[in-house]
Amino acid sequence: MKEIIKLSELKNHLFDGMSIMVGGFMAVGTPELLVDEIVRLNIKDLTIICNDAGFIDKGVGKLIVNNQVKKLIASHIGLNPVAGKLMGEGTMECDLIPQGTLAEQIRAGGAGLGGFLTPTGLGTIVEEGKQIINIDNKNFILELPLRADLALLYGTTVDKYGNTNYTKTTRNFNPVMATATDIVIVQARTMVDSIDPDNVMTPHIFVDYIIKEDNNG
Amino acid sequence: MDKQETKNFIAKRVARELHDGDLVNLGIGLPTLVGNFLPKDVSINLQSENGLIGLGPAPTEDQYDKDITNAGGQVVTLVDGGMYFDSALSFSIIRGGHVDVTVLGCLQVDQTGSLASWIIPGKMVPGMGGAMDLVTGAKKVIIATTHTNRGLPKILKECTLPLTAKNQVNMIITEMGVMEIKDDGLHLLEYNPEYTLEQVIDATDATLIIKKVKVMELEE
Repeated sequence: MKEIIKLSELKNHLFDGMSIMVGGFMAVGTPELLVDEIVRLNIKDLTIICNDAGFIDKGVGKLIVNNQVKKLIASHIGLNPVAGKLMGEGTMECDLIPQGTLAEQIRAGGAGLGGFLTPTGLGTIVEEGKQIINIDNKNFILELPLRADLALLYGTTVDKYGNTNYTKTTRNFNPVMATATDIVIVQARTMVDSIDPDNVMTPHIFVDYIIKEDNNG
Repeated sequence: MDKQETKNFIAKRVARELHDGDLVNLGIGLPTLVGNFLPKDVSINLQSENGLIGLGPAPTEDQYDKDITNAGGQVVTLVDGGMYFDSALSFSIIRGGHVDVTVLGCLQVDQTGSLASWIIPGKMVPGMGGAMDLVTGAKKVIIATTHTNRGLPKILKECTLPLTAKNQVNMIITEMGVMEIKDDGLHLLEYNPEYTLEQVIDATDATLIIKKVKVMELEE
């Protein structure tokens, strides 16, 4: 059995200056309830790792607008004008990373890899300051793994063991992030007794806590 | 041609480059229109990098499902045979060379096949999203763009903006013509007879190699 906690207990796992991976792609598959709670608690100086900057009123965009993010690691910030403004002013550091590289860095972080070699970004500013390695007469950029203190995920169906399924395109970065952080908390849209083992996308061993979307007190 | 007609014209010509069964990723904006002009005997698989293959049209009211979205976050549909996957697999598909064709727009593209499409320093910094992986990994990269931007050339000898990828573009399709990047430079393969060859050359900063140029045809 996995521990189901109340939304009000989320604060026990938060601290100023921490790094958080947040699932979702343009806020689809983002655990909005958990993000809202972090906004309410006004946790500061966060490093947020997410595919994108969300929107000003959706996804991790809400944390950015509330000036809680010290550093954003993302592939795209175009739909959140506040993110671009804070980055331009220098009040929020922003690492823009090719989306495939970001996904693979997180995968490497969770898979015990020391990094990986990718052709993406060769000949662009992405390769600046990075090691270029030649394999069989082809150049690759050495990209390093990425980990964080906490992952906040959005499970569509979560069973009492913590096994998780993500429906349709809400899956995106959620399963890979589940592997790459010290603590993993899943917002469950629906709780069930058990998920068909064939349909488990994140095995329960990765999940630390479940917060139910409804009746969380 | 007005603005929309120009875009449709370009999209229609791009559609002729796609083959039955191709796995295709279309960028946002003009490239998205390509799906509207597929020849009748051609059926392709559209990928969306947020995690699906089998991208269908915008939903009717009955079909609306907020959990089915495209890379722009808009609600879409999934066609029969379509499926979902996570971001790591999505980019294994893209980077691994499993995408046959990607169609993208550009800020600048040059005669060596380098592309600039993700940043205007100090002005616009949206980020590269999946574009760098797509341009690097897809078997064929087609740039679908208007030939100029407010009268200024977009097809250059060398890009001046930060690159999305170096030497990866295969083809450029505009309202003025069809160009292919080969080892010896940028070849003009077809031109739109609404323009003279001189007009096409004048609107292009890059050096066009013109050997056997044909007239752009859109109907079979």
